[in-house]
Amino acid sequence: MATTLPPPGIAPPVDAEQDLRPHDGNGGGFRGPVPESGELRSVSEPSGEPTRTGIWVGLAAIAMAFAALTSALYVREGAATDWQPIALPPILWFNTLALIASSVALERARHRVAAFMRGQENSRSGATLWLNATMLLGLVFVVGQYLAWLKLRSQGLYLPTNPNSSFFYVFTGVHVVHVLGGLGGLTRVMVKFRSSTRPLRRSTMDATSYYWHFMGMLWLYLLFILWLKL
Amino acid sequence: MSEASVPAVHHGPPTSFIRKHVFSVDHKVIGKQYYALALVAVVTGMVLSWIMRIHLVWPTAPIPGLGWLSKAGAPGGVVTPEYYLSLMTMHGTLMVFFVLTNAPFAAFGNYFLPIQIGAEDMAFPRFNMMSFWITFIAFCILIAAFFVPDGPPLAGWTAYAPLSAIGKDAGPGEGLGQTLWALSIFVFCIASLLGALNFIATTLDLRTKGMTLARMPIVSWAWFITSCIALLAFAVLLPACLLLVLDRVAGTSFFIPSGLNVSDHLQPHQGGSPLLWQHLFWFFGHPEVYIAILPAIGIVSHILINSMRKPMLSHKTIIYCMMGIGFLSYMVWGHHMFLSGMNPFSALVFSFPTLIITIPATIMTLIWLGSLYGSNLRINAASLFCLGFISMFVSGGVSGFFLAQPSIDIYLHATYFVVGHFHMVMGVAAIFGIFAGTYFWFPKMTGRMMNETLGRWHFWLTFIGTYCIFMPFHYLGLAGNVRRYSAFTDDYLVPLLPVHRFITYAALFTGAAQLIFIFNLLYSHAKGAIAPANPWEATSLEWSTPSSPPPFDNFGGKHPVVYHDPYQYGVKSSTGDYLMQTSPERAGETP
Repeated sequence: MATTLPPPGIAPPVDAEQDLRPHDGNGGGFRGPVPESGELRSVSEPSGEPTRTGIWVGLAAIAMAFAALTSALYVREGAATDWQPIALPPILWFNTLALIASSVALERARHRVAAFMRGQENSRSGATLWLNATMLLGLVFVVGQYLAWLKLRSQGLYLPTNPNSSFFYVFTGVHVVHVLGGLGGLTRVMVKFRSSTRPLRRSTMDATSYYWHFMGMLWLYLLFILWLKL
Repeated sequence: MSEASVPAVHHGPPTSFIRKHVFSVDHKVIGKQYYALALVAVVTGMVLSWIMRIHLVWPTAPIPGLGWLSKAGAPGGVVTPEYYLSLMTMHGTLMVFFVLTNAPFAAFGNYFLPIQIGAEDMAFPRFNMMSFWITFIAFCILIAAFFVPDGPPLAGWTAYAPLSAIGKDAGPGEGLGQTLWALSIFVFCIASLLGALNFIATTLDLRTKGMTLARMPIVSWAWFITSCIALLAFAVLLPACLLLVLDRVAGTSFFIPSGLNVSDHLQPHQGGSPLLWQHLFWFFGHPEVYIAILPAIGIVSHILINSMRKPMLSHKTIIYCMMGIGFLSYMVWGHHMFLSGMNPFSALVFSFPTLIITIPATIMTLIWLGSLYGSNLRINAASLFCLGFISMFVSGGVSGFFLAQPSIDIYLHATYFVVGHFHMVMGVAAIFGIFAGTYFWFPKMTGRMMNETLGRWHFWLTFIGTYCIFMPFHYLGLAGNVRRYSAFTDDYLVPLLPVHRFITYAALFTGAAQLIFIFNLLYSHAKGAIAPANPWEATSLEWSTPSSPPPFDNFGGKHPVVYHDPYQYGVKSSTGDYLMQTSPERAGETP
């Protein structure tokens, strides 16, 4: 005979079907106390936080793409005798510092945003300042990479000139495209931080900063490969 | 990333026609859009295969309309050898990317993964919409290659360099047509990556209460594992296509070697490695085979359990086997390259895992057969196509044992044996999975039943027809019939022409049999019998929705709660011999 007792060891839900929570536009939510002003509402959906999961998955794909490009570089180097080392433009070192500094600034920004959200800070200005600094340093990096390309061009090294210059442009170009995506994400964070209708969520802030730090680490890796192989 | 934080489950129902049916964020609409796109692609691809088959046995026969499509490629409707290769390239590309990747994975996965795990939508609905429309753009770019002046590319769906990399000198279609191909696949990769990301995040984060990973149906597992494979595979093809495009349009030399003289032109490139393209392509290409077949394996297992009215011998083992296949799929790409000129010792290295990968495949087959043995199988169109799938999977898979060994592959690689092998194990088997899924889920997707009689006719004609087409390919291959030739009229292959003629008749016949399916699909959609809420007496969550098709938020403002593993069949309960996953009842003893 059938009984209505839930079998032992089965997930706990009591009410057979729960009403949907109101469509409040929030998924993740801060874990800390929520301020009265309620910019970030805590939400206890049964789900996890897709934004945070999604960014890790996306970063895995980006890492894989650069792994493929790296292996292409190694295979191409061994395929012929036309490997012609090029001098890396010195501005790359400055760009690297700018990108590292931008990551530091973003971490500061993240803490100030969190403090504001928790109500420990009254003004957005501290957080905004650091977010602006991150943006600015990111833009400095992008402009700096462009200057590096101009430097190579002035030496007569174009995309098809030799395999080394080809890989230089491909590596730096694909990376800069991803950095520009990160700048877009940062812009979105800044807009949401000021918005009251579609407020910033912690998972968005976290996901954006994971992405940005990953771009920094990826650049250090690429710089190492460029320095080693080109 | 910019859309990433739009919460999965919090978009309101659409109001306008455009938001409802065209640029919809509803995973069910997107799933149907993928299905429709796959249907258009499969019909196009099939017509191309008909033209090829007709040309192979009647090389001088004009084909109506073809002269209009390509004046140079088919003057007066008679296919030139080069145009034959173009047809082959487009057939392969359409079928692999836009049918076998789209239908079982993107179409059914989009529609049913969120419902099966109790979510209201995908994790990132706007990404989801973008995935489909980017795929659609990729499709349009590919089809545009038919209409550019020098026609579609002829380098094959694998686009081997340097043929695919050097431009016009390589032949008709290798100019703009090949560039469009590379661009199309580049765009397709972006869409697939977005889709895979969405599937993974959805599965990990949006499962409803009680839906542990272990309680997900096999087919949801299959979509999840497939999306993990797709994420890493397309992430490699994407930069590969970028390098190919750069070789073609920017003058780089990634894949084009020095001193290459084609069509009396010394190519202005040096030092590139054609093998590099093959490595990058097949590192994607072999996992792609599993991207096509794993969802079909999941669909078939899911439906078979329902039809057998009892659990598989071990459904967890099937999941582990799928994981094993997914993991191994990244270690076997070199078996496509035994003849490429790579180090012969590396052939052994690739041969070994290739043989190993047959072990999980065999275990799965044995579980299916062992579970079927003595079961009281409910025969219908869906379960028939499941049996057909197993038959095809085994028939096509067995030849894989031969091809995995370099010494045999060297003889067979460039012959029809390989064509027969991959069409059966990857093409037809996956298509059978799509058919099974369609017959099984049609009532849920439309609220109407498909016609069962037509379904059975469709199965038997297709089953017999596909064996008639692809089994003789193995014989042709063993007899030394090379593939990719456009005609066999004046050499040692003439004695094999009767076999080719038989295959062509079978192809036309089997293709015509698909009209039954198309008719059934359209007719049942409009006038089929109204489907009961749970016509197959199934247990998983897609049959717990308040209506068919499910409402906009899938469960009508409720979150389902899951109490059981997905396959409580053959039990005693108030509903009969099965227990829904959402039923808080405890199963009685097996009757």
